[in-house]
Amino acid sequence: MGTVIRTPHPREKRIIFKNIDRPGYTPGIDSYFADGGYEELRKAFTMKPQDIVAEVKASGLRGRGGAGFPCGAKWGFIRPGETKPVYLICNADESEPGTFKDRYIIHQDPHQLLEGMIISCYAVNARLAYIYIRGEFPLGAKILERALAEARAHGFLGKNVLGTGFDLEIYIFRGAGAYICGEETGLIESLEGKRPYPRIKPPYFPAALGLYMAPTIVNNVETLCNVKHIIRMGGAEYARIGRPNNTGTRVLCVSGDVQKPGYYELEVGAITLGELIHDVCSGLKPGRKLKAVIPGGSSAKVLRAGERYKLKTKQPDGSMAEREIGIEEVPMDFDSLAAAGSMAGSGGVIVMDDSRDMVWALNNINEFYAHESCGQCTPCREGSLWMKKLTARMLDGGAVPADPDTLKSVADNIAGRTICAFGEACAWPTQSFVAKFRDEFAGYAARNVPAGGHGNGNAESQP
Amino acid sequence: MSDPVPLLNVQIDGIWHQFPKGTRVIEACAQAGKFVPRYCYHPKLSSPGNCRMCLIEMGMPKMGPDKKPELGADGKPVISWIPRPQISCAQDIAEGMGIRTDSPLTRECRHGVMEFLLINHPLDCPICDQAGECRLQEFSVQYGTAGSRFLEEKVKKPKRIALGPRVTLDDERCILCSRCIRFMKEVAKDDVLGFVSRGGHTYLTAYPGRPLDSNYSLNTVDICPVGALTSTDFRFKMRVWFLKETKSICTSCATGCNTVIGARERVIYRQTPRENDDVNSCWMCDYGRLNFHYVNSEDRLTAPQIRLNGTLETSDWGPAIVRTAEELGRFRPDEVAVIASGRMTNEELWLARRLIETLGTPHHDVVPRWGEGDDLLLNADRNPNTLGAQLLGVANERPGENLARIVARVRAGEIKAVLALQEDLLEAGFTAGDLNRLTFLLALNILPNPTVEAATVVLPGAAFAEKRGSMINAKGRLQRLNRAIAAPGNAQNDWEVLRELLQQLSGTAGPYVIEDVFKQIAGTIPEMRGLSLSKIGDRGYQLEDVEDVPAAPAPEPAHL
Repeated sequence: MGTVIRTPHPREKRIIFKNIDRPGYTPGIDSYFADGGYEELRKAFTMKPQDIVAEVKASGLRGRGGAGFPCGAKWGFIRPGETKPVYLICNADESEPGTFKDRYIIHQDPHQLLEGMIISCYAVNARLAYIYIRGEFPLGAKILERALAEARAHGFLGKNVLGTGFDLEIYIFRGAGAYICGEETGLIESLEGKRPYPRIKPPYFPAALGLYMAPTIVNNVETLCNVKHIIRMGGAEYARIGRPNNTGTRVLCVSGDVQKPGYYELEVGAITLGELIHDVCSGLKPGRKLKAVIPGGSSAKVLRAGERYKLKTKQPDGSMAEREIGIEEVPMDFDSLAAAGSMAGSGGVIVMDDSRDMVWALNNINEFYAHESCGQCTPCREGSLWMKKLTARMLDGGAVPADPDTLKSVADNIAGRTICAFGEACAWPTQSFVAKFRDEFAGYAARNVPAGGHGNGNAESQP
Repeated sequence: MSDPVPLLNVQIDGIWHQFPKGTRVIEACAQAGKFVPRYCYHPKLSSPGNCRMCLIEMGMPKMGPDKKPELGADGKPVISWIPRPQISCAQDIAEGMGIRTDSPLTRECRHGVMEFLLINHPLDCPICDQAGECRLQEFSVQYGTAGSRFLEEKVKKPKRIALGPRVTLDDERCILCSRCIRFMKEVAKDDVLGFVSRGGHTYLTAYPGRPLDSNYSLNTVDICPVGALTSTDFRFKMRVWFLKETKSICTSCATGCNTVIGARERVIYRQTPRENDDVNSCWMCDYGRLNFHYVNSEDRLTAPQIRLNGTLETSDWGPAIVRTAEELGRFRPDEVAVIASGRMTNEELWLARRLIETLGTPHHDVVPRWGEGDDLLLNADRNPNTLGAQLLGVANERPGENLARIVARVRAGEIKAVLALQEDLLEAGFTAGDLNRLTFLLALNILPNPTVEAATVVLPGAAFAEKRGSMINAKGRLQRLNRAIAAPGNAQNDWEVLRELLQQLSGTAGPYVIEDVFKQIAGTIPEMRGLSLSKIGDRGYQLEDVEDVPAAPAPEPAHL
């Protein structure tokens, strides 16, 4: 990790990633102290927990894990005077394809996460917290363990934190190696030692019936890090970064057909998708044209180059104005991407140029979701595997004219009918790919495919 | 008195109904005549909501600016419908809730789930034991399509897996509803089943090295909505649509689980539990369930036998009864003992009591049968009708107490004749030598045993599935047996045999139908006053105050 040391792009606004790839910066607590580490924790302890919740609400911070749920509102679900223990869980099961931001925080700046977590625990009165770290991040788990020991040695954890009378323990829990462990109720089940089958909601909303049936807050790594900075600058000041309802910065993880893929921390909504590709990421590969972008992790609906979107924006006089924009003019924020029919999701931006075969690309995504479906509920279990087999057959030369319709209807029968959001996650790619690149999918039925095919199991040899 | 449960108003498919608070949406729909199909939901188990077959449209009252429900032209709340379909198995109704069980969206959802469940299903109905009682078949007809558009290869999974000694698993048929897993965990308290692997490759299995050998394992076969779990005993024996179903009770212990006997012609093929929340919920134990094969035995006693010159010879009923009465007439009352059975029906026990009275013998008892009980259904008392035997005065408050004394008197030569009714005397403390010491031994039974072999007269009776009658379970619940099949050959209903014997001994006519026997009981035993066999009903009748069973009052001879 971090083998390529790179300086931030001038358009970046580094808050969360301030210390990432900083020459000389180490994950040790001394590096963190040298930079004013744990000062915000001391400040937070001078505040009342409910005032911290109020600051987070005022900041407009939205969850960085994928759903974009307002963090303060989530914390507000914990009833004042709650008699059951309250748990806080840091969701570090980062596994959405195209997303690779949390691991850098964990690897290079773990104390930022711990400080954010401790403040958050104090705010929601959690005395026990867990970091559920993806099973495939063994090094991250080691670094976090070391950081926890350091924090404990300095009195930031344990009994009577910094003499405040507040007790807190944080434990690392290594994940079970499944994407679904990142779904918050699946994560809770996994943490309880069971298969990570997501729970039905209602009744099992984590804030009411979470870990061990007690109120539980589950926040993403990047979200928790933001809490530290909200305490530093105050909720109102933080809310001035970004755009209304889309505040703060986001770490965008750009992959695919750009000159400079990587992570970029940008003010939310401050740049457009086009600026991200052409300016921040130095453009497409030579001679290539933009074909499609998946803007928020592999489950986000694909955007097709040439599409036009109607975007409503608030004018300075308060009125709403509608303007029509192209894909490259879409601002990179929650609401604009939602208006374009997709989502900001986990911040994983996957760029595809005109060399890409969309059936191949969708099959690649379908393989992932078929492999990761937990199998608990019928539509996702059966549908994700069906979609994968279908696109694989298309690639292998067995396409039939009905395939695009079948694909769409299978996806339609999954989305909205499953226990958890995995249903949408696996259906949206198929729905959007088939709808937006229908000709390409339909064309496969007439294709003459070389013997041996080029599909499933031979994923590198795309046409 | 606790407060009455409040009634809530719920609109189902446009019509407003009232249901008690706490009613599940899926149950409310069923009560309103709008059955919602389901696989994973079982009213006695937790609701995981995993099959997605019970998706419905749901809405809540639309709130006006005053935070009160907006009312429509009919004065009822206007419903704001949730755009996503909702499962109906895991939510309780709420005031003003709207439900659509038959909208285009719900139909589309069911259609989709049916298609998903069938794409990887082997569709092997012609060789599947579940065919005919399979939810997958039934809902496929109702909500599925005839054709398939699935062009891919089906997932291969383990087949013919012996999950335990009594349950066979076909993972390809499994729809992963998890009912069996939840039953074993929540009811049988033996969390041995689970899913392994992931996604479309998920399959059911038992924990490595741990067979599914709970005494309740076969309930998983009952609640399996498809043919994944089959009874190793019943597998491939009979198509279920050929089975005649008879409501009865299990007679293997004092719990008296309610059952359905599945039989064809003269053969019993299976016993399954019948729901009765006052007795056995929806379950029964494997031991009781499988304890019927002896009924189908080749060795059944099919004709009376009389000992002539030391050998048992086949006889007609008339000579056998006459011979018995003649022999009994040669003994003083205290030279005769009657060993009856806690497996006898109340009607049989009543007539046995009359026989005891007629003979005037003080020597009578039943044979106690104790085993290990559990916390669920299996009672330590393996006799199904001990309470009946006590209530009807054949046994006292300590059944079996008299046996040792009777055996001692046999050995002392004081008791010379014994009537062994549905019991092998070797289980009552007798030795083979004791049997040889007797001048006269009557054996009323259905299968050969040492007592039958040593008997002077053998009278073939009927097994539990071959007769009507009543029994009282350990909790004082009066329940009925019903006749599923005919007794083999010349064998007779035991109550009729006892009546014939009584008639022969007393010279007076006995009851003509079994209802009359029960009427005699009801006219004599205070706990059963006013009852009749038909009044007991399919789910039994709870007797009051039967914990302390008083000895039956002496019957009036005029009754016979």
